[in-house]
Amino acid sequence: MDLETEKQPRSVGEIVAIVEALVFVADEPISIKLLAEILQEDREVIEAAVEQLKNEYQYRESGLTLREIAGGWQISTRAEFHEEIRKFLKTRPNAKLSLAALETLAVIAYKQPVTVPEILDIRGVQSASAIKTLLDKRLIAAKGRKETVGRPMQYGTSKEFLMQFGLKDLSELPSIEDFEDLACSI
Amino acid sequence: MEQQQPTEQFSFDFQTETPHIVRQSRDEIRLQMGEFAGPLDLLLYLIKQEQANIFDIPIARITDEYLKYIRLMKNLDISLAADFLVMAATLIEIKSKMLLPREISDVPEEEIEDPRQELVDRLLEHQTYKNASQMLWTRSTVEQAVFTRGRIESDENNAEVNSTVFDLLKVFQKILAQHKEEVLLEIEREEMSLAEMLKKLKQTIFLHKQINLRELLREMHTRQEIVLAFIAVLELVRTGSVNLLQEAIFGDIVLMKSK
Repeated sequence: MDLETEKQPRSVGEIVAIVEALVFVADEPISIKLLAEILQEDREVIEAAVEQLKNEYQYRESGLTLREIAGGWQISTRAEFHEEIRKFLKTRPNAKLSLAALETLAVIAYKQPVTVPEILDIRGVQSASAIKTLLDKRLIAAKGRKETVGRPMQYGTSKEFLMQFGLKDLSELPSIEDFEDLACSI
Repeated sequence: MEQQQPTEQFSFDFQTETPHIVRQSRDEIRLQMGEFAGPLDLLLYLIKQEQANIFDIPIARITDEYLKYIRLMKNLDISLAADFLVMAATLIEIKSKMLLPREISDVPEEEIEDPRQELVDRLLEHQTYKNASQMLWTRSTVEQAVFTRGRIESDENNAEVNSTVFDLLKVFQKILAQHKEEVLLEIEREEMSLAEMLKKLKQTIFLHKQINLRELLREMHTRQEIVLAFIAVLELVRTGSVNLLQEAIFGDIVLMKSK
């Protein structure tokens, strides 16, 4: 019997440690599914380990935090320390999106997949340059053509969108009805 | 600044009339205009300014204000998007519909559709997405304060795998731009000095006795060569080595070796 390949059951602490190491090296948020595949453990085991790790960071008031974003888990710094981090990295916040680009993005996020004429209807202005900006920044992507006259291109938000706006998935966006109520109260 | 035209319904002179939307300086107006991405934005702003209820828009008043604004934008040479004019037409249409007497019919009053209904729906939808975009703005601000680890080199994150058609296009454009620069360099290598041009010109005139100026310039390949040749001709005329001959008005000028 080959002792090398015999699988020793791992302790919970060990699983938590490996999960931490994997989340640390992953370039993009890493999913529970992928973690489970690599560790050859059940999904539930990984979920528990992630939960424990998240609590550990919180408990010791670490400068890092484990959070769920864009369908996976990621280690990031805590927002409170942005000033010191910027000072060290010598960076400034990225240029903000223009109002027009943000509005266009909001329409696309809630109405996706959506065509350019549909966006025009809601915004009341041509949005070509805003759409180009969003495509360049990879916040939106083409999602096939609509089977209607002219077969216009449809757009939807990307994974990059989830990352830049700190969302687990699209369902985490507040419901559009909340904003309708706000609109009626002006 | 246009003259005041009191007869025109929506004439506006901001020296004499000062609607509350217009404040001290032109610059400020310009700044405020910049915020109105479109006609719906402007309308929402006016409705708030008038403290009107969105479900009962005083259409005559809002239409007047809207047209004043458009007029003002024209006076300030702010190019107007066609969308603004379409909205102006819509407002006037609604206004006129509301002025028309209602037909007497059996339909109860509540069931007659208000001419403003469609506009209100659009305004509400627009405001909804404006609110949503504010939420996005807040989220991105918070997110910008959060940092993740830098990239670790691995096969998977190598750029070749991750690039899209757009990246390819960008690279292609860069290469094209570089190529253009190379061509420019080649031309520079062929560059001629004024002395060389003078020498060349003198030799040609010595050989052919006379040259047609138009043909001489046509042989030059670059803008710079043409300029140089022209200066060289002027120089030769100044020093008296050549004479100029023009046989007809607007006719060709011929350079002749002076005797």
